[in-house]
Amino acid sequence: MIWQTVRLAIQAIFRNALRSILTVLGIVIGVAAVIAMVTVGQGSSDQVTADVEKLGTNVLMVLPGAGQMGPGNNSISAALELQDVDALINQLSSVRTAAPYNQTSLNAVYGAEDTRTSVAGTDARYLDVVDWPVVLGRGFLPAEENSGKAVCIIGETVRQDLFGNTDPIGETIRLKNVSCDVIGLLEAKGASSFGTDQDDIVMMPIKAFQRRIVGSSDVSIIYVAAMDGVSTDRAVVDIEMLMRERRRIGDGEEDDFNVRDMKQLASMLTGITNVLTGLLSAVAAVSLLVGGIGIMNIMLVSVTERTREIGIRLAVGATANQVLLQFLVEAIVLSTIGGIVGILLGLGLAAVASNIMVIPFSPNPMIVLIAFLFSATVGVVFGYFPARRAARLDPIEALRYQ
Amino acid sequence: MAGGTQSDPPVIELRHVDKTYGHGAAEVRALNDFNLTIAPGEFVALMGPSGSGKSTAMNMIGCLDTPTSGDYLFNGVQVGSLTQNQRALLRRNYLGFVFQGFNLLARTTALDNVELPLIYKGLPPAQRREQALDALAKVGLKGREHHDPSELSGGQQQRVAIARALVAHPQVILADEPTGNLDTKRSLEIMDLLNDLNVRDHITIVMVTHEEDMAAYAHRVIWMVDGQVERTGTPEEVFAQGRHSA
Repeated sequence: MIWQTVRLAIQAIFRNALRSILTVLGIVIGVAAVIAMVTVGQGSSDQVTADVEKLGTNVLMVLPGAGQMGPGNNSISAALELQDVDALINQLSSVRTAAPYNQTSLNAVYGAEDTRTSVAGTDARYLDVVDWPVVLGRGFLPAEENSGKAVCIIGETVRQDLFGNTDPIGETIRLKNVSCDVIGLLEAKGASSFGTDQDDIVMMPIKAFQRRIVGSSDVSIIYVAAMDGVSTDRAVVDIEMLMRERRRIGDGEEDDFNVRDMKQLASMLTGITNVLTGLLSAVAAVSLLVGGIGIMNIMLVSVTERTREIGIRLAVGATANQVLLQFLVEAIVLSTIGGIVGILLGLGLAAVASNIMVIPFSPNPMIVLIAFLFSATVGVVFGYFPARRAARLDPIEALRYQ
Repeated sequence: MAGGTQSDPPVIELRHVDKTYGHGAAEVRALNDFNLTIAPGEFVALMGPSGSGKSTAMNMIGCLDTPTSGDYLFNGVQVGSLTQNQRALLRRNYLGFVFQGFNLLARTTALDNVELPLIYKGLPPAQRREQALDALAKVGLKGREHHDPSELSGGQQQRVAIARALVAHPQVILADEPTGNLDTKRSLEIMDLLNDLNVRDHITIVMVTHEEDMAAYAHRVIWMVDGQVERTGTPEEVFAQGRHSA
């Protein structure tokens, strides 16, 4: 009997194809919007997580300045020093290794080619901390680091811009007025979760950078890798104690530096993404509701328009319940079809958007299931009222209706 | 009384039936102490001027309506005490309807229209199809099974409606001005068809009509005025009496 009712409902839906399409349009758009939002949001979250994972979940950053996110305020708090790096490595058992890191933006020139790029002063330990291999040539030698020799390792983007696909090793590029021998090429990393191109970089030993590029011995960031098996929380406490001591901060005084856990950063970024996704999904959910009301509206019109048909059905022996069931099933079948089309459309949109935004396409089966069930529920809820009205029609009146 | 004898228990029996609509000053008394007994196999025509209560009586007999007071017994069962659902089951199993306006489902083939009562009866698809094809053949529409009502003439549409009424093998067919929308030739064809069903299949037929030519097919004519039976008898008797009194 149920199958018969479903068949009758499908027949009725196809008898009024245009009206059916218009009816489900609201549901289709609503479901598609929710699915696309959630899927793209999920993709961005995954991207952030993957980026942090790449950086190493046991990586910490030490920045001068208190509290706030972003670069420390060097004019107020004292900068970090190269000696701090050695102290962290030598005095703390919870620290595996650490590296200084300074960065600025410069033109890099090779022959007739030039490109605006980030120039970083650091040392070989940085590539260890962030786990970034050199794929061509070699890394910095201790002698180069100590003497401040002008050598550099370049990222894939800089290589493309200056050398095309040719071998850059052994060539000399000019940064500001410093000539610099290219000794290595970094593995391509792609865009970071902030959207910046991580491969658009030139690295040189920090002493050469300090002396020849910026003319200061300050260190702006220290990257720290915690010892394997040591919680980053413990490493943070250790680093804070040591740094307070080194910077002579008295009891009760605020830190004039801060230690940031990449995991915190990741969860913060993911948090922002989730809030945005939630908000957008809520807006999309409203359109689902509107779609549901659309179904109810059309079904009510349909009941009036089909009053005579209902009368005929009652006269040939349909019970009120059978009429109720037919209209209810019609609403459910309509909204379910709308849900399925919406899910496919939403996933398609999300796939295209993910492709454009270069984030992973991460469909969430749970959300798909929820969207499906929600659209079916919309059918039940908004289909019930018109169906009940149909079932309660007086057959005599219904037959007389023109 | 060609189709039955007085000793058969009546299929339809209305006793002192009143039916009123509205309240107070707006009250309309559609049936007023209406009495009617129909034996199995009878062919009865309900006639009378507009507003005489024919349609109300028809709806009552068809279990679409219930009496305000009085008794309606269908096969001895008190229809007034049945629930709406039980009345739907009674219509499904014992009654077939034919309307003046055909009342076929639009954009639905003749076959699907005829299958409709069987769907509600819950018959399996193969059996439905077989019975529907039989019914359509019986009304002379072999070969038109897959036509939509819009592709059929009025007479053909009424044949589809009759096929739909008889497909579930009803005990009674109720025809409300079945020829009202047809020309004389088609009307006579439809009446021949109803007569066949009455004679060959012993289906009881109750028909509302305005036309004496159509009422002439009935065994008995009930002439109604003001919700009551004014006179009854064979068509000849009733019409002769009418002409004398007019």
